[in-house]
Amino acid sequence: MKFLRDILDKQKPLFEKGGKFEKLFYLFEAQDTFLFTPNTTADTKGVQVRDAVDLKRMMITVVVAMLPCLAFGIWNVGYQHSIATGQDMEIMDQIITGLIVVLPIVLVAYVAGGLVEAVFAVIRSHPINEGYLVTGMLIPLVMPPTIPLWQVALASIFAVIIAKEAFGGTGMNILNVALTARAFLYFAYPTDISGDVWTYFGDKTPIDGFSGATPLALGAATTTGETAEPLMAQLNYGGYSFFDMMMGYIPGSIGETSTIMCLIGALILVATGVASWKIIVSVFGGAYFMGFIFNLIGGNEFMSLPPHYHWVIGGLAFGAVFMATDPVTATQTERGKWIYGFLIGVITVIIRIFNPAYPEGIMLAILFMNVFAPLIDYNIVNANKKRRLKRATV
Amino acid sequence: MSQTIKLKKGFTINLAGKAEKKIADCPQPETFAVKPTDFPAISRPKLLVAEGDNVKAGTPLFFDKVHPEVMYVAPVSGEVAAVIRGEKRKVLEIRILADKEIKSESFKAYSVSDLGNESKENVQEIMLKSGVWPNIVQRPFGIVADPTDTPKSIFISTFDSHPLAPDYDFIFEGQEQNFQAGLDVLSKFTSGQVHVNLNIDAEVSPIFSHVRDVEINKFGGKHPAGNVGVQIHHLDPVCKGDIAWTVNPFGVAQIGKLFLEGKYDASKVVALTGSEVTNPQYYKTFTGASVNKMTDSNLKSEHVRFISGNVLTGERISQDGYLGFYDHQVTVIPEGDYFEFVGWMKPTMKKLSYHRALGLMSFMNGAKKEYTLDSNTRGEPRAFVQTGVFENVTPMDILPTYLIKAILAEDYDDMESLGLLEVIEEDLALCEFVDVSKHEIQAIVRKGINLLRTA
Repeated sequence: MKFLRDILDKQKPLFEKGGKFEKLFYLFEAQDTFLFTPNTTADTKGVQVRDAVDLKRMMITVVVAMLPCLAFGIWNVGYQHSIATGQDMEIMDQIITGLIVVLPIVLVAYVAGGLVEAVFAVIRSHPINEGYLVTGMLIPLVMPPTIPLWQVALASIFAVIIAKEAFGGTGMNILNVALTARAFLYFAYPTDISGDVWTYFGDKTPIDGFSGATPLALGAATTTGETAEPLMAQLNYGGYSFFDMMMGYIPGSIGETSTIMCLIGALILVATGVASWKIIVSVFGGAYFMGFIFNLIGGNEFMSLPPHYHWVIGGLAFGAVFMATDPVTATQTERGKWIYGFLIGVITVIIRIFNPAYPEGIMLAILFMNVFAPLIDYNIVNANKKRRLKRATV
Repeated sequence: MSQTIKLKKGFTINLAGKAEKKIADCPQPETFAVKPTDFPAISRPKLLVAEGDNVKAGTPLFFDKVHPEVMYVAPVSGEVAAVIRGEKRKVLEIRILADKEIKSESFKAYSVSDLGNESKENVQEIMLKSGVWPNIVQRPFGIVADPTDTPKSIFISTFDSHPLAPDYDFIFEGQEQNFQAGLDVLSKFTSGQVHVNLNIDAEVSPIFSHVRDVEINKFGGKHPAGNVGVQIHHLDPVCKGDIAWTVNPFGVAQIGKLFLEGKYDASKVVALTGSEVTNPQYYKTFTGASVNKMTDSNLKSEHVRFISGNVLTGERISQDGYLGFYDHQVTVIPEGDYFEFVGWMKPTMKKLSYHRALGLMSFMNGAKKEYTLDSNTRGEPRAFVQTGVFENVTPMDILPTYLIKAILAEDYDDMESLGLLEVIEEDLALCEFVDVSKHEIQAIVRKGINLLRTA
């Protein structure tokens, strides 16, 4: 690797102060530190040795945790395609179909958002933060497979500028960047991200009787009272058993259908200590709690849905594991994490059941709690201050 | 009332190069130095000696114009060889070329019973003049105590939990009487208690466990259980308006000896530690010793970093640099100024990490594994992202992230209400070690302290 180092060292003066491209220093720095951990040493005073962790390693851990979801999502896109169009496809063909659909979306999200990051880093002269490694992967995973690529690009750019850079950049944002991208599309181009968009047809036409509706859409439909059929039976009629939904053999956004894959991701995140298990557990707990309360009230079929079904339908698991745990937008105090997660779970189920316009509640629930996270923290920090003050008067 | 407190949070860094419990046979270094920069509150040091002057151990070298009664004295007798100045003529070092035989300034010697009856004013005068006073460090702020204050209590931690820390039982061996006399003197100054805090996890030598007329508490757990700041937090926290004093056992024994024998004795036993030392062991020398004699032909490699103190709170010094005033330890570790190809995702068991992010497998080594760490920062500074980790290595009811952000925002009210009065740099040193975003936490803490102190 010496020759690579030599090349970089030769280029470096061009980008340093006084060099030809000094404005682009942080672009150079980004690739330099990506290839080589820098040779900086501890300052004269302060700690003389440092922990082996850095932000790059932390972020790559999250990306790795998302890989099972991505891999399953790629296959599932092809699988849903084969069912919907009535083709008998080999598993390899399904994967290839999935790759053709998903890879461009991933690529566009990374390039579009990454460019914005780079431009801001150059303008503001600060290093490029690694957070976008994660955001750029999250955005494709919450998109329907039929999403037009230009919308992916637009949403990524919008989200990075409005949700992150406008607030001061990495570490300062209030809202989860990937969810902002999705929410933007949801309200700006509703026809492309709701309704019959969850299955990729390509140039084929769907077979007769194909509905393409997600379990959530079916559930929401029952609340309008148009269907008398019990929801459970309807779910099963639609071909979705609890097991199917758990495994993720259902239409939906690219990466979120499989609860199992999300849980594998959760296992990685919790075992490595990168994400807060308190948030993940409390989101699931909150959803179960609210589902259980609705069971007791039992106004309609959707309300009577056994609470554990809420865990497997829609994007609850994906949101709980990858979105709610974003350390920047979640609560930052340990006690706050319990409250924050629990309320996300509760609000998700409330939105699912009572809001016919938005079948899925996790996105709005997390964005809503993102806004409230600082308030929760504020109260917990204040309690700490008060304890200290109380001591003084004694 | 004595208390026994077991701390759960924290992180012990187990490094290679522990000092063997024996005193090395080594000639004394030629030069010694006093560094005004070791005392963070000194703003305007006034020199009392010039190059070429002859001094004895205990002869005043300088004082701070803000507290002219507190003398900072020479550790050894000899000739003032050089006064090293930095920018704006700031005094950095006063170097003394030591005599072969150390001569000391003499003060009045007391018997134990006379000492008990002596008034606080008289002992204080001797302490200020003789140079033992700077051993007394005040909380809040971690600065040399103001002689006009009356502390609500005085705290002495009798163990050091830092990486490769010297064994206090060993380095203070045979100082029972001095230590007890020092405690007797200190108890004259406080209206409250003198707390002597012992280590629960080790067998404690009678020097510390058999002391009289003080409060004995026991602490256990991972580092920073030995930090006196953490102990104060659990025994009798410093609130707004409170003053507490802390003294290292070395200072207690030095004060005791001053009164029992009537001389200022700066001799101390220091540990030479670290993975790059061939024979890590203890050395008998004096405060401010040059480290060159002990490290000469005692190193495994060339490209190393010399640290006065430990790897968490120490200060880098040059190969012939000098021991800091409060330090009992010299650490030598490899210098880490190398590039590492994709070092940020390489799996490793050799690099220590509190985290378990992908590829960081040091947690599988078990607690007994000794690490060789170098000075590489292992990444670049970034924005605050991760949460919850600082809290896990800070065994106090303090929210470090919020405190640090309050300091960065220069929010005086928040700094105070979030607990800056209760900590000094060393108490949050572990946060700096584990920080994913590589902030200089200790420098930030000192900045905050200086803001509050001068507000």
